[in-house]
Amino acid sequence: MPKVKMPRKSTNIDMTAMCDVAFLLLTFFMLATKFKPDEPVTVVTPSSINTTLLPDSDVLLFTVDKDGRVFFSMDGQPKRRKLIEDLNTQYKLGLDEKEIRNFVVGASVGTPIKDLKTYLSMSEDQRKAGGLDKGIPTDSANNELGAWIQYGIAAQGTNLAKVKYCIKADNETPYPKIKEILETFKSKHIQKLNLVTNLEEPPKGTAAWQELQGTKQH
Amino acid sequence: MAEMDTSSSGGKGKKHGGTKSKKLSTRVDMTPMVDLGFLLITFFMLTTTMSKPKTMDLIMPKDTENEKEQNKVKESTALTILLGKDNRVYYYEGLAQDPNASADPNFFKATSFANTGGIRDEIIRKRDEVARLRNSKGEPEDVVVIIKADDDANYKNFVDILDEMAINRIQRYATVDISEQDKKWIKSTETANGVQ
Repeated sequence: MPKVKMPRKSTNIDMTAMCDVAFLLLTFFMLATKFKPDEPVTVVTPSSINTTLLPDSDVLLFTVDKDGRVFFSMDGQPKRRKLIEDLNTQYKLGLDEKEIRNFVVGASVGTPIKDLKTYLSMSEDQRKAGGLDKGIPTDSANNELGAWIQYGIAAQGTNLAKVKYCIKADNETPYPKIKEILETFKSKHIQKLNLVTNLEEPPKGTAAWQELQGTKQH
Repeated sequence: MAEMDTSSSGGKGKKHGGTKSKKLSTRVDMTPMVDLGFLLITFFMLTTTMSKPKTMDLIMPKDTENEKEQNKVKESTALTILLGKDNRVYYYEGLAQDPNASADPNFFKATSFANTGGIRDEIIRKRDEVARLRNSKGEPEDVVVIIKADDDANYKNFVDILDEMAINRIQRYATVDISEQDKKWIKSTETANGVQ
């Protein structure tokens, strides 16, 4: 029987093209995205058809998780420093420089003001383990949310008109909690709020959908 | 693939054959580089956010004690929507100032957030119906939607119903505290529908 000789082929594949693709994708992701902000809790926001973008700066953000715990965060390190120093003198917290620094570079805080010293002296993992992420109290007897709003505004300095008040709440957050928060804002004479949502398409055949179709054609 | 000719044969020495140097392949094994590339891609994909979150404007009214500044809503142009537990929605036409209104079995109705046959259809129906009415100046009336959320409702329901207002371009709506009467109606409708 004649043997058919198969020519031996090298198993080396040229990886250059694949490498190109990989780095192209890498560049794309590096340029098109930004880092996820630190979040103390995971929050799944509801979706709406609104397309207004959440601004990057001048935002007072109140995160509410599904158990109704409220966390406060604000951008700008100098502003955060002013806020915590104001709180420190007003409530006589006796924070040292390290704890102030911890607040300034940190992300969100959510704890009663009296626990703030212990809260800031701990690392994030210790807080979670120690159950200190209790959220800012919002009930009418001890409404510290109002204080945070007030000091947050005071720390903004001159450009008050640009400040946005955002509420980022979870799908499952009970409505009474939201109502408490809205009432607190109302009592501070803040009428214009922003609710953080995901984007969804307007459903077909509705007024908003027709408007969108109209703008697309022009 | 483009390869560079790196054989040490510069111009002149080619023909006369100088010292023969060994030809080294310039092919570099790209596999580790590809590995690294994909590792970084994975890292960036997991730690970053693609799209910025969107926001919904919510403008709340001022509390006013002054009777004259308060807006009065006509019974005929109002639609009241109640948010209950487990994503349930209830609605009735008008403001139900008359406590005997519920004597009519078709007065208080339950529905859902479904895309068709849900609360949206009802809002559209009422909107178009009210648009045919004329006020004393002969202008078309605007529907006024009153939103009342029960304590069992969650944030999603609240945003969803505000979103419905945006979807259907309802200009006038208000969120109002739920009344005892409304709670009673929700309770009785739940029992009638066998909800725990």
